[in-house]
Amino acid sequence: MKNKRIGRQTLAFPQPPRIISSAAIVGDIEGQGPLGAYFDQVLEDDTWGEASWEKAERKMFEQTVRRALQKIDLESSDLDCLLGGDLLNQIISANFAARELKTPFLGLYGACSTMAESLLLGSILIDGGYADRVACAATSHFCTAERQFRNPLEMGGQTTPTAQRTVTGAGSTILADNGYGGKALYGNVQVTAGTIGRVIDLGITDSNNMGAAMAPAAADTLCTHLSDTGRSIRDYDLIVTGDLGRFGSEMFLELCSDHGIDAQRRHLDCGNLIFSAAQKVDCGGSGCGCSACVLNSYLLGRLEQGELRRIFFIATGALMSTTSGMQSDSIPGIAHGVVLERR
Amino acid sequence: MKNPQTAQQKQYQQRVNEKMPRSNVLSQCLRAFVSGGIICCIGQAVRAWGQGPLGLSEENLAAFTAMVMVFLGATLTGLGVYDKIGTWAGAGSIVPITGFANSVVSPAMEFKREGFVMGVGAKLFSIAGPVLVYGISASILVGLVTCLLK
Repeated sequence: MKNKRIGRQTLAFPQPPRIISSAAIVGDIEGQGPLGAYFDQVLEDDTWGEASWEKAERKMFEQTVRRALQKIDLESSDLDCLLGGDLLNQIISANFAARELKTPFLGLYGACSTMAESLLLGSILIDGGYADRVACAATSHFCTAERQFRNPLEMGGQTTPTAQRTVTGAGSTILADNGYGGKALYGNVQVTAGTIGRVIDLGITDSNNMGAAMAPAAADTLCTHLSDTGRSIRDYDLIVTGDLGRFGSEMFLELCSDHGIDAQRRHLDCGNLIFSAAQKVDCGGSGCGCSACVLNSYLLGRLEQGELRRIFFIATGALMSTTSGMQSDSIPGIAHGVVLERR
Repeated sequence: MKNPQTAQQKQYQQRVNEKMPRSNVLSQCLRAFVSGGIICCIGQAVRAWGQGPLGLSEENLAAFTAMVMVFLGATLTGLGVYDKIGTWAGAGSIVPITGFANSVVSPAMEFKREGFVMGVGAKLFSIAGPVLVYGISASILVGLVTCLLK
């Protein structure tokens, strides 16, 4: 057997899958943010003409996959597998969207780390020769997340300064094997490696401080990745974390510097990018749609334009539920990373 | 059994506690004082209206004031205004009886899609429920104590 694993947690892809297309759909507040112009579609109405927010969320998931396929003249029947998930109980958004897309489907729950998890698994399928074309997607919706995890929307109250706003948005990436010769949105952007994260819990219990709960997992994944691959932080143009937010990013950078890694100048966080300070969202954006829509519009665009050559995309997830929170459990964090390169 | 915390966990939590951004308690107290005060003044005006022009008895007056305030809170919630007031006012708009109305009407609006029985019916008191449980329990307790002392 040819061993494709490097070090403890990192997987190398000798036949790196290509990213051939992507799409991102967001809500109106996300559309008003600094990245508004990069998204494929900005919804004016958070129900998108559906009877409920849950139905709107699954529509976002479905449409973001269809849209990415449409751009390169493919249909859902051209996909060998769909990988994805969301934040709702039993990942109903992804499940119900997969019912409409009719492709072989693996549903994932990695909380907000789902986008990187799906890219990682999709790349394994392609590199392993088990699939030629795979769609990876993730979605979240502010209103569905609020009612599942927090309070009704019309209830008046204040948030704490460390709270983050769940992004209404969905993003999808279409991966193809190296031999793909059809129409492609991206010239030669590839997934060359990935690092499977460990669940790390340093005992944060405040569900309004998820950035701090997830930061140790992100730092662990980055440090492990660098030691597994023998690379230094200078080998990357950017280290992009999913949704640590402002305070979580601060803790992440500190934890990295404890390990002698100075990520300060190369670090961006999708949760910090998607909203501006004027939008008053406390510590930034969160949710699996956050990293999914920033990656599939802004970041892949910059890779394609040649502004970035190699990035390490680490989506971070807080793996708690309302039940574990009520039983005073702390919040375990996870972070999966994928290396995206333009060759 | 909960695992004892490691030194690394303790150190991280301490670091987070030291560095995390905190709410400005003084400004929040001031806002709560002003907004709560305004709501109470409106309540007082309603009471004066009931007492003067409407000529209600002392007993009916309290019920009348509560009804009007709950109506106002519920209406503003339905119009999507009360949550905006709450973002600014904090405890100032949660503690008065209008906040109670808000906590009942907001789940009612939200869970309408799940039907009138298991949606609205079951979720109506999901937030106000604990207030009722412990409010009523406390009143029973006080009633018993008063009864025994008499």
